[in-house]
Amino acid sequence: MTQLPGLLDTEAIRKDFPALDRVLHDGKKLVYLDNAATSQKPRQVLDALTEYYERHNANVHRGVHVLAEEATALYEGARDKVAEFINAPSRDEVIFTKNASESLNLVANMLGWADEPYKVDHETEIVITEMEHHSNIVPWQLLSQRTGAKLKWFGLTDDGRLDLSNIDEVITEKTKIVSFVLVSNILGTHNPVEAIVRRAQEVGALVLIDASQAAPHMPLDVQALQADFVAFTGHKMCGPTGIGVLWGRQELLEDLPPFLGGGEMIETVSMSSSTYAPAPHKFEAGTPPIAQAVGLGAAVDYLQSIGMEKVQAHEHAITSYAVKRLLEVPDLKIIGPVTAEDRGAAISFTLGDIHPHDVGQVLDEQGIAVRVGHHCARPVCLRYGIPATTRASFYLYSTPAEVDALVEGLEHVRNFFG
Amino acid sequence: MYQEVILDHYKHPHGRGLRDGDAEVHHVNPTCGDEITLRVKYEGTRIADVSYEGQGCSISQASASVLNDLLVGKDVTEAQRIQGTFLELMQSKGRIEPDDAMEEILEDAVAFAGVSKYPARVKCALLSWMAWKDATAQALGESEPAERKSA
Repeated sequence: MTQLPGLLDTEAIRKDFPALDRVLHDGKKLVYLDNAATSQKPRQVLDALTEYYERHNANVHRGVHVLAEEATALYEGARDKVAEFINAPSRDEVIFTKNASESLNLVANMLGWADEPYKVDHETEIVITEMEHHSNIVPWQLLSQRTGAKLKWFGLTDDGRLDLSNIDEVITEKTKIVSFVLVSNILGTHNPVEAIVRRAQEVGALVLIDASQAAPHMPLDVQALQADFVAFTGHKMCGPTGIGVLWGRQELLEDLPPFLGGGEMIETVSMSSSTYAPAPHKFEAGTPPIAQAVGLGAAVDYLQSIGMEKVQAHEHAITSYAVKRLLEVPDLKIIGPVTAEDRGAAISFTLGDIHPHDVGQVLDEQGIAVRVGHHCARPVCLRYGIPATTRASFYLYSTPAEVDALVEGLEHVRNFFG
Repeated sequence: MYQEVILDHYKHPHGRGLRDGDAEVHHVNPTCGDEITLRVKYEGTRIADVSYEGQGCSISQASASVLNDLLVGKDVTEAQRIQGTFLELMQSKGRIEPDDAMEEILEDAVAFAGVSKYPARVKCALLSWMAWKDATAQALGESEPAERKSA
C-alpha cells in the first residue's frame, strides 16, 4: 500500500462513516470521490441528530419549558462552536442560513436594500470572478439588473488561476462589493486573498468570500482573511444538509437592513411598523434549521477533534498523489492547476473526447462515485472550451488506494470507449 | 446500459452533419451540457432528411444516429408514432421489457431500454427526439398553418 507523509489514520476515521461501507453493483466497494458535492456524515453527527429529535426537540427562543430551553441551548451552542471554528471575534457575527447559496444571496439582498454608504446603484460596480459557482454569480446578476450597477469580473489564466493583472481596472473607486471564491469547486484553485482584499480596502469596497470548498478542508480564520463576510455550507464538512453559515463583521450586521421578515427577527411589532432584533437574529426569520445546526455543531466538534491542520495536510498529500497518478493516464487533461500547490482537493479533468457522462457512468459501474458536468460553474467550461468535466474530490477519509482505484477505473473507461 | 448497438452508433453515427432543412432547432441539456443542432427537411408530410450536429455523451449522440435511421423516409404520422413509443420506453424506469411489437417499431432504439433505469441519462437519450419534435412543429407549422391550428 502507498505510504505518503502527512496522511491521517484513515482506517480509524473510515469506521466513523457508515456510508463508506456500502457495497454496490454486486460486490464493488464504494469509492466515494464526490466530496466537493457533499461529504459523508460521521456517526457522531448522525447520533447528535437522532438524540436531538429523540430527547430535546422543541422550538427555540420561545418556550419556558425544559425542552424549549434545551433546544435553545443546543442551537445557540452550535453557534458558539462555529464561531470558535472560524475564529470569529463574536458569536453574534455567525448567522445560520440554509446553505452557502442563501448566505451569498443574503449579502446581495442586504446591499440591495441598504442606504449609503453601502447602497448599490447605477453609479456603482460589483466585482466577481469567472471561476465562481453559479451561487456567487446569479445573485449579483440579479442585484445588477435590479439596481443598474455594473457587474465586472476577473478572468482566468490558462493554468486555472485568477488573472489579477488588471486588478486596478477591475476594482475601482466605484466598486461596492468584491465577492470571490476562496477555493474553486471546479478548478480546485486556492485564490490569493490578500491581494484582492488589499485592493478592495484601498477603494473602500466590501469583501465577501465564498469559503464553501475551504471551510471543510483547512483552518479557516475569518479575522486573518480580513474579509467583511464569509459564507459556507454545513453539508460539505460532515454536517447535515439544510444548514449554512454567513459570518459578517458586527458593525455591518448592525447597519445593514434585514432581508427576510418574520418571527424571531423582531424586537417589537405593531400593525404599522416593527423594530428588529440585534444580529444574528435579525437575519434569521422564522423557525431556524435547529436539528441541522446541532448536527453542524457536532460536525465541527468532529473535525476539531482531528484538527483542521491535519485534515489539510492529509488532503494535500492525497491531492499531490492524485495529480501525479492522473497525469499518467493517457489523454487525460487536468482542468485547473497541475500541481498540488495552492490547490484544494477537487480535481477536474477531461479524458480524450470521451464525454464526462460516459466516464462517470462507467466509473459508477465499478463503484467509483465522481461528479460529471459543469459543476455549477459553466463559465469555467466556456472559458476552457469544454462542455463538461469529470471531477474527483477527496476528503479526510480518502486513501491512496482510492486514487489507485480511480486510475484503474479510468483505464477501464478508455478501453471501453477506445 | 451500454449495449453494443449503442456504442456502434456512437462510434459511427448515421446521417451526422448539417444539411439543407425546412427548420432548425438547437436544444441543450442544461444539467450536463449536451447540445444538438437539428434540421428537418420535409417533402409534403414525408421526412426527406434529419440532419444534426452535436456534442455530448454516447447516449445522446447514439440516440440521434438511431433517430436518423428510424425517421428518414417515414411519413410524419408514422414518425410521431415511433417517437411516442420511444418516449414511452424511456419514461418506463426500466419497467418495460420491449416485446416483438415494440421492437418492430423501434428497431435499434430498443437498445435504449436499459437507459430508462437511469433517471439522469433519460434526458440524454431524449435530447434529439425532443429536438426533432420541436423542429417538425416549426417546419410543418409554417408550411401548413391551418392544419397545425386544427390539430
